[in-house]
Amino acid sequence: MIPSSPALRRHERRERMLLLALLGPALAVVTALLVVPLAWLAVQSVTTDGALTLEHYRRFLTEDIYWRSFLLTFRIALTVTVLAVLLGYPVAYAAATLPRRWSVVVLGLVILPFWTSVLVRAYAWMVLLQRRGLVNGLLQGLGLTDQPIALINNEFGTVLATLHILLPFMVLPLYATMQRIPRDLMLAGASLGGSPLHVFLRVFLPLSMPGVVAGTVLVFVLALGFYITPELLGGGRTFMVSMLVSRNVEIYNQWGAASAIAVVLLVCVAVLFWLASRVVPFERIMGAR
Amino acid sequence: MPTALPARLALGLIVALVLLFLVLPILIVVPMSFSNARFLTFPPPGWSLRWYEAFFGSPAWMQAARVSLGVAFATAIGATLIGTAAAYALTLSGSRLARSLTVILLLPLIVPIVITGIGVFFVFAKTGLLATLPGLVLANVMLATPYVVTSVLAGLRGFDPAQEMVARSLGMNRLRAFLAVTLPQIRPSVVSGALFAFISALDETVVAIFIAGGQNQTLTKRMFTALRDEIDPTIAAISSLLTAASLIVVVLASLGARKARTGP
Repeated sequence: MIPSSPALRRHERRERMLLLALLGPALAVVTALLVVPLAWLAVQSVTTDGALTLEHYRRFLTEDIYWRSFLLTFRIALTVTVLAVLLGYPVAYAAATLPRRWSVVVLGLVILPFWTSVLVRAYAWMVLLQRRGLVNGLLQGLGLTDQPIALINNEFGTVLATLHILLPFMVLPLYATMQRIPRDLMLAGASLGGSPLHVFLRVFLPLSMPGVVAGTVLVFVLALGFYITPELLGGGRTFMVSMLVSRNVEIYNQWGAASAIAVVLLVCVAVLFWLASRVVPFERIMGAR
Repeated sequence: MPTALPARLALGLIVALVLLFLVLPILIVVPMSFSNARFLTFPPPGWSLRWYEAFFGSPAWMQAARVSLGVAFATAIGATLIGTAAAYALTLSGSRLARSLTVILLLPLIVPIVITGIGVFFVFAKTGLLATLPGLVLANVMLATPYVVTSVLAGLRGFDPAQEMVARSLGMNRLRAFLAVTLPQIRPSVVSGALFAFISALDETVVAIFIAGGQNQTLTKRMFTALRDEIDPTIAAISSLLTAASLIVVVLASLGARKARTGP
């Protein structure tokens, strides 16, 4: 180590103070409005009137609605994630391999709904899927059904609208990963006698896995916490965890119960991110790298 | 890559269908907003501007629109300032502590939004910020800062800090060196961060459900309540306007970014 003069040390200290001052406002806002309340929720979840208790967590075992809601939420999140991989992979593949002129169009169409309000899209699905909506009209016109089918106010509507909102979150990390796969590798595989399918399965697919992991964890975690689509398109029948949290606060003023649910949900999210970060760095999942 | 024609056609078809699925709702909402019918029939039986009149003629909707736009502007300015400063500091320090601080700054993106909502509600209930404009702006700045941080962090990655050192060794002070040397080079990332912050604030619904109220209802909170109770095409008119506003902002920004790149 280089021996540092007092002047150099003073400079270093000033430098550190400056960095802290620059970070300060952002850290203060996030700490005051998010970290502190999260800590408070954690405390609320194990206390009643100042005394320690596990009562709020015991409800997960005793009250049906708790574990039913978690089960439903995980099932919807899983369905949405699997569909997002299946639908998103071909689109990202096309965007990454097509000539630039076309890949811009594909990416543009993926990003367009990204810029549209979530409420607007939920509304559009309500219009499309209602009893006398376009989709039911089309199904009846094609003779596939005589009666209008219930497409909203149930799990189907919730899954479809949630998928629509989260699909770009799958396509974009997939595209970012695929774009970095060197084309030469595929040519090399082909020149060594691999069929296109074989080269895809043995070379392209494995190399695109970090993107699949990033997109999967992002979509799954966002779906776990979804609120607007189940509320508007679920018709009160898809009681997801976030609705359980908000009802406990808004209607019953049960902060202890809401806190326990929030803590369990947060732990699920944290574990998922931790697992994924062992494969793909956290900053890359969040698009910071 | 040599691929059989049928396989490529099948891929093309799948991609086209998924893209149709993605844009279909937007294609539906805009014609709906020009319908002359009370009911949500598609295609509309006739055309009119009555739902736009219903929106622009309603003091309650107009007040909500003013609140939303004001909050979105203030959020974009606030989040861009503190987010850019934070990203700059994180890049310069490069220590291990900086990495864990990055995670804290990205927390608003990870925490399920309802939990954030009840958390902010709790803090605001204690501090008297419920149903106030400063409260709405603060909450949205917190939610939007991660977008600015990630965008500017990415922009700074390709930047060589030695350039700023040169400017300072030539006698510029730190702030001037940043403004004259660093900022012009990372401008596209700052602009897109600001844009994300603006649109995230304009679009934010769930936290507003908990903390907005009285005179200070946001457009999205009112829309959410309207959608839960009774839906009429006024929502389609507002939706079309919101979509148009987002698109205009994006197009303007990308034009600005292009100009910055090709300009002198």
